[in-house]
Amino acid sequence: MRAGARAMLHRLRQDPRARWAGLALIVVALTVLPFALEASVGRTWVRIIDLALLYTMLALGLNIVVGFAGLLDLGYIAFYAVGAYAYALLASPHFGVHLPWWLLLPMGAVLAAFFGVVLGAPTLRLRGDYLAIVTLGFGEIIRIFLNNLNAPINITNGPQGVNLIDPITIEGMSFAKTNTLLGISFPGTHLHYYLFVLLAMLVMFVCIRLQDSRIGRAWVAIREDEIAAQAMGINTRNIKLLAFAMGATFGGVAGGLFSSLQGFVSPESFVVWESITVLCMVVLGGMGHVAGVVLGALMLATLPELLRHTAAPLQQQLLGKVILDPESLRMLLFGLALILVMLLRPAGLWPSPTRRRELTSARAPGTL
Amino acid sequence: MLLLEARNIRKSFGGLLALSEVSLAIEPGEIYGLIGPNGAGKTTLFNVLTGLYKPDAGAVVFNGTDLTGKKPNLIVEAGIARTFQNIRLFANMTAIENVMVGRHLRARAGALGAVLRDRATLAEEAAIRRRAHELLEYVGVVRHGHALAKNLAYGDQRRLEIARALATDPKLLALDEPAAGMNATETASLRGLLEQIRADGITILLIEHDVKLVMGLCDRVAVLDYGKKIAEGAPAHVQGDPAVIEAYLGGALP
Amino acid sequence: MAIFLQQILNGLVLGSVYALVALGYTMVYGILGLINFAHGEVVMVGALVSLSVIELLLGANLGIPAPLVGVMALVIAIGVCMTLGFSIERVAYRPLRRAPRLAPLITAIGVSILLQTVAMLIWGRRYHTVPALIPPTPHTFAGATITNVQILIILVSALIMAGLMGLVHFTRLGRAMRATAENPVVAGLMGVNINRIISATFVIGSALAAVAGVLVSSNYGIAHYYMGFVLGLKAFTAAVLGGIGNLPGAMLGGLLLGLIESLGAGYVGDLTGGFLGSHYQDVFAFLVLITVLVFRPTGLLGERVSERA
Repeated sequence: MRAGARAMLHRLRQDPRARWAGLALIVVALTVLPFALEASVGRTWVRIIDLALLYTMLALGLNIVVGFAGLLDLGYIAFYAVGAYAYALLASPHFGVHLPWWLLLPMGAVLAAFFGVVLGAPTLRLRGDYLAIVTLGFGEIIRIFLNNLNAPINITNGPQGVNLIDPITIEGMSFAKTNTLLGISFPGTHLHYYLFVLLAMLVMFVCIRLQDSRIGRAWVAIREDEIAAQAMGINTRNIKLLAFAMGATFGGVAGGLFSSLQGFVSPESFVVWESITVLCMVVLGGMGHVAGVVLGALMLATLPELLRHTAAPLQQQLLGKVILDPESLRMLLFGLALILVMLLRPAGLWPSPTRRRELTSARAPGTL
Repeated sequence: MLLLEARNIRKSFGGLLALSEVSLAIEPGEIYGLIGPNGAGKTTLFNVLTGLYKPDAGAVVFNGTDLTGKKPNLIVEAGIARTFQNIRLFANMTAIENVMVGRHLRARAGALGAVLRDRATLAEEAAIRRRAHELLEYVGVVRHGHALAKNLAYGDQRRLEIARALATDPKLLALDEPAAGMNATETASLRGLLEQIRADGITILLIEHDVKLVMGLCDRVAVLDYGKKIAEGAPAHVQGDPAVIEAYLGGALP
Repeated sequence: MAIFLQQILNGLVLGSVYALVALGYTMVYGILGLINFAHGEVVMVGALVSLSVIELLLGANLGIPAPLVGVMALVIAIGVCMTLGFSIERVAYRPLRRAPRLAPLITAIGVSILLQTVAMLIWGRRYHTVPALIPPTPHTFAGATITNVQILIILVSALIMAGLMGLVHFTRLGRAMRATAENPVVAGLMGVNINRIISATFVIGSALAAVAGVLVSSNYGIAHYYMGFVLGLKAFTAAVLGGIGNLPGAMLGGLLLGLIESLGAGYVGDLTGGFLGSHYQDVFAFLVLITVLVFRPTGLLGERVSERA
């Protein structure tokens, strides 16, 4: 950015009136977005944004674990699964139990946090790579159990999954249907959108507050030098466990929302690939930087859909046939993204200044 | 009452006996030196006293409480803080942030406080920041407060590490070669700082190789060689001890 | 009793393959302190390349006897995998040797995904049947059956492992490898070309992976683009079980894991009163991993990781 433009932007940022105007603009844009999308590219895209917002919450949760505390969790999707299944099993015909969403979401969060503590307590003292593999294994174990706990007692309904999950209902308005409010008709996708945007913002808020706090500093200290951190009196085990549990909590909430949005869950949604996708979002966007992670999540959640709509016809036009189907293209790009980001721009697309410092200045051994 | 007592500490690594029946007794308010040739076991003893290593045998008693084998963060809570031989600052945090981390265990705000930023948490944060600023002033690096730790000059880094250790409100400050790599002026300045710290009521245990510093600063000195304590007492006395001379020079001079 | 013996035999066959792959993981970890996530994918490439060569040669009807086709396929697979292993190290790991630990771990995952995708594009998503080049004649004794293919697997693995130990302990290269694993800086000062040794480690590990890929696909008669992932995870578990960085440990760990998995899968139904079935087989490896890392992270024979790691 040229110096003149940067100076102008800086001045604008300081001006309180400009900030309020900017904020108002953003609020209006976010409110109008679903209608604008539906009018221009169709309702499917609102639904895609809904899922993207869920991924954003997941990425923010994983960011606490990987970005803030520096712990590589490759099985993060297990917490998503716990939240999703807790919701699904207790708000569907499966057991005949129909608890309300405002009870189930917190319950899912607490259950996920519990799993986080149970997994974390024995394993967080392990070296980084070991922790990565153990969490990977744990994620798979959860999925295998979800897939097989349908005999002799049917707990999870196995590979068929759970369907007919109750949608969220507020004041008699079911989120599965179109509702009219103040004369405007709000389809279910739009209602979900508003709820998810609010929750995503809440999660962002919590993360930003955590970052700039005693706990946030402790996480950075542990990341920098765990032994020195211990020598300064930080109970590294508990602080790491806290990061794990908080990340798990957000995963659990997102899971419950996923269940209610889809109306259906199956173990297929919680494979290792999903854990890696969320990791990609965090790494690509900017590890440890809340804004960057949100960017990464929104990008990687919408890009595959864009590809799906453009890649096949484009190849057809240019080459006469489709060589790379959208699914393969997605995997290819994700794999390349992880490699290239680490090699060329390890701090991510939109890094925080601190992180950029940490990850780009290689330290020679023996010096500080 | 003794501030710190190490009783018959033994520590081996595989077949190597690093410490053998080492005992120390440190009085409150003194500056106690730990010297000896390289490889004598000084840093190993430090690591045992500060909880980084568990001793194979022996006990560490601090202010009447048994701290043997406890985790480092509990030992810091009890009142022993340390610096490291190879400077272990948080490189990518600023100087003031480093010291603020030192305040961690004397503060209480948790995740809830962090999110809510209630009055108590905000007050605590302000207090942490104030104290960190004071400590930076105290050790003389306040003008670099917002510089990254890794960008500070070597001497300033050592001082910063001391400030960070002081932030934990220790009763005993354990310094591992604080004057390493310093020239005469810097060492004299460091000596002034350490005397000020003692005057402010903190006992100091230090490992050092700089003979002049040790002689001028320490009230008492213990000498380790090959994992054993071979002499103890006032610096002038220890300096003349034939066992000590032999340990450093490998034999009587012709 | 027959079931028990059968599971033992199955376990040994499985374990031999795990051991071969575990050696690759353990060698790289011993020198670099890095889990080569992409290693499982190299096994997969070995299996699929060998399959393609076999299909090509058999299809061309050149009259080459089937076992020779097998050997040729194996040799080519080894060559391809060695090149692959070399390239992966050069491109994805070497530039990150000084970076924080998280970085090469993430690149490794990226490489793993890339390899899987490329394999998927080349060989498709379906399960490929591997033609049997040697008729699997079963031999029975004491009520348990073992085919000659399985016997061959055990023998080939044992031979290769013996060869590797010979290489590591009796050759100059092996000495250099051990020195580098011990302390790379000092080894460098002693005149060892660290970069070349690291490349050699990857190349040797990849060769073993190729053999493992060929053997395991021959045993089950199937090759598939996703076969490397779980196999890799389990082989890493085996390496940790035996003691990471420790070559005999990797072999012991591999065999043990194979046995645990086989016996577990065979008996879990009885042990849990029918609650858990044999589809929980994969879970055993993960449980072993978690248990070992929590209770004895240095493994059965002790870990040997370089000082730098």
